Amino acid sequence: MSEIIPIGPYHPLQEEPEFFKLHVEGERVTKLDIEIGYNHRGIEKLAESKSWDQVVFLVERICGICSTSHPAASVNAMEDAAGINAPERAQFIRMIVCELERIHSHLLWLGLAGHFIGYNTVWMWSWKYREIVCDVLEKISGNRQSYAMFKAGGVRRDILDEDIPWIRSSVDKLIPALDLFKGAVMDDPVIHARTKGIGILTEEMAKAYCVVGPTARASNVAIDVRRDDPYFLYDQVDFDVIVLGGGDVFDKAAVRILEMYESVKIIKQSLDLMKPGIVDLHIKEIPPGEGIGRAEAPRGEVYHYCLSDGSNFPARYKVRAPSYVNIFSNEVACIGQQVADAALVLAAVDPCYCCTERLIVVDNDTNKTREIKGNALIQLSHQRTEEIKKSLGIS
Amino acid sequence: MNLKMKALTKSPWVYHLSTGSCNNCDIEILDCLTPRFDLERFGIQLVGSPRHADALLVTGNMTLKSMPRALEVYNQMPKPGVVIAIGTCSLGHGIFDGSYICPKTVDEVLPVDIYIPGCPPKPEAIIAGVAKLLNKLAGK
Repeated sequence: MSEIIPIGPYHPLQEEPEFFKLHVEGERVTKLDIEIGYNHRGIEKLAESKSWDQVVFLVERICGICSTSHPAASVNAMEDAAGINAPERAQFIRMIVCELERIHSHLLWLGLAGHFIGYNTVWMWSWKYREIVCDVLEKISGNRQSYAMFKAGGVRRDILDEDIPWIRSSVDKLIPALDLFKGAVMDDPVIHARTKGIGILTEEMAKAYCVVGPTARASNVAIDVRRDDPYFLYDQVDFDVIVLGGGDVFDKAAVRILEMYESVKIIKQSLDLMKPGIVDLHIKEIPPGEGIGRAEAPRGEVYHYCLSDGSNFPARYKVRAPSYVNIFSNEVACIGQQVADAALVLAAVDPCYCCTERLIVVDNDTNKTREIKGNALIQLSHQRTEEIKKSLGIS
Repeated sequence: MNLKMKALTKSPWVYHLSTGSCNNCDIEILDCLTPRFDLERFGIQLVGSPRHADALLVTGNMTLKSMPRALEVYNQMPKPGVVIAIGTCSLGHGIFDGSYICPKTVDEVLPVDIYIPGCPPKPEAIIAGVAKLLNKLAGK
């Protein structure tokens, strides 16, 4: 008997509405349908009615979590079209903001993943330490989210010299917190049992579905735009691209945790390498032509394309975001999993997911519908953690 | 003030409804619940179903596709309930003004009780807005 469990489109936790239909037989997931588009806001069309400066603000609001990666790719595209390079100090400031955002995004994901498997302590802790990053971003840009730092030809605000020691000490505070998470996630037997071997995306499937970012790097596909096609001044700093081979939820978590250490490394090096100088070229116009920009968002590669006809507005603007390719890898990662694991597997690619608000089980044979209240999927997941705890003898 | 309203102002449970937002406001709403701001000390709790909720926190642009869903969620919420519009997008359309996919603002679809502006509003602003609403409902 096959049943369909629709997840979404609204959800208790957060983020965009997305709609997943899980086809299940008993406890096993046999097929997954994905329906998105609740969040379509016509951004590419809107971009054609905004001036070049406004476009950066617009793409910043594609996603609040990646609110620096989109502007990063956007200014890369514009500077590519204009054939200019931003001043060195501006490039370092951009890198600092980008890496701070990567840490905040990964901590955010880690917290939500902790919530999904019933470890609310991990959620609260990781969001507590995320506040450190938010404070630094507030100091640099004036806002906790949507920093409005980037513009074609530079950045809008300089980092003040008197702030740098404080920024450095705040970033240092992150290291003990990261050690805590590394210990909590890597050594915990329950988290091992819940995530090891769950939702495996093999290397060939990762390549077939063209996944990017941590999702690919956990499946032994070593791609990272920062290393492969350096933008800003990523070629001047030293960092490792974390690659693991398992492809399961555990490796996806581990890749993200280890990446945060690399981000801290990059921030510190950027602060060291930053020399006094101008931060904005004040460019007046983008000459006719095409430009492409790539950037490594926390979730993978962001790609922006702009076409300029010499006027004040882009003639065409195109965006490709990483989640769009990553979400569809769930089609293979979910198959054969238990329903209780499905929420975790869907969340593991960090797709700005979370849609467990209404959960209706439609029985295909009798066509009867019964509605399960609230966040039943998450409760199922919590129950499974409890069972594993019992079997391991941990209370 | 009737009994229902009194109960509502004591410990409002909120349900978060994103109608096509960019996640900014949604993160800040969640941020309100985490240790630094800790809304739960006021008895405010995020719940997983609109059927348990006293207040809807609406964020976003109200895109065409999410409009019927948002109405459905509002109808599922027990009354009396309040609707709180959070963020510039749900007040007007903000930067998305003129988009073909969002013909209506949130307050043209749902009866909004209070607006919290900002892109995104800081957690302090969200807490202040909710506190003001509770005071108003309590008749203070």
